[in-house]
Amino acid sequence: MAVGLVIVSHSQRLAEGVAELAGQMTQGGVNIIAAGGTDSGELGTSLEKVRRALEAADSGDGALVLMDLGSATMVAQMALEALPEARRARVLLSDAPLVEGAVVAAVEASIGSDLAQVAATAKDAVTMDKGVGG
Amino acid sequence: MAVDSAAMLAWLEKVAGRLHEQRAYLTDLDAAIGDADHGVNMDRGFTAVMAKLQAEGAPADVGAILKTVGATLVSTVGGASGPLYGTAFLRAGMALANKTALEPGDIEDGLQAALEGIKARGKAQAGEKTMIDALEPAVAALAAALAAGKDKRAALSAAADAAEEGMRATIPLLATKGRASYLGERSIGHQDPGATSAALILRAAADQG
Repeated sequence: MAVGLVIVSHSQRLAEGVAELAGQMTQGGVNIIAAGGTDSGELGTSLEKVRRALEAADSGDGALVLMDLGSATMVAQMALEALPEARRARVLLSDAPLVEGAVVAAVEASIGSDLAQVAATAKDAVTMDKGVGG
Repeated sequence: MAVDSAAMLAWLEKVAGRLHEQRAYLTDLDAAIGDADHGVNMDRGFTAVMAKLQAEGAPADVGAILKTVGATLVSTVGGASGPLYGTAFLRAGMALANKTALEPGDIEDGLQAALEGIKARGKAQAGEKTMIDALEPAVAALAAALAAGKDKRAALSAAADAAEEGMRATIPLLATKGRASYLGERSIGHQDPGATSAALILRAAADQG
């Protein structure tokens, strides 16, 4: 199996949408787990959702976590701290922009790259040109 | 009198009650510079805290109560204040583990641990228009009052005064942390909701005595 991805967003629909978009590139070859919204699906973040997503995403090769806004990072960090040490070492939090980062990370993971490579590729997405010109 | 399990519960109940009363006010403050959920989130979090403590019964170990509060806030608040206040209560609980009665110096230790926890979790410091702007001067005022030989009631009162002063001092600040930072200059002129809830929590402690 490949490196998995966790998409943390304040919005359940945004997380699911990003996971859907990135998943289109990998045809099910990469675990891409959405962890958006609170437990009741409202805007916000849920430590429990992120914790479950981390478990579901990491099938042994590790997982990269992508976040939308500020406090999603804090929740991801707390979820990480709650993991047993062996699993924690296989998870990285990404500074990447959510949409571009998830798409390129999914592609990188799907070709069998390791976690460090997937993380580096995702981070590089910040320099991606949308082709607007000017 | 030392703060035992019953006194800790009474304080938390007071906090929960006041957050519920001030829910609309806190949300209005947050609507001006954030995502308009602080009052709702804090009310939901502390309602869950009280429900949990009532359902399970509060342990005699005051540190354990604080840890329960932290864990509950982390999992129920939903906004940034969940991880921040959650970490604060968890760290205070760790600092005061296995204590069944808090002396004034313990309160200082717990508050200090809470402050450090929030700074570490939020990677923030004073002057960035956050709850730290209320908490940091409060911890300093409490420590100074205790060092000057004041009793617990006077020290907590000094802490709450300092927190409220720090809270009001966030009005002219430019936010550089949290959702308010997305507003840039437009965050100036508004009181920070997190500093306001922090001051409210400390005022409840002072009124508890």
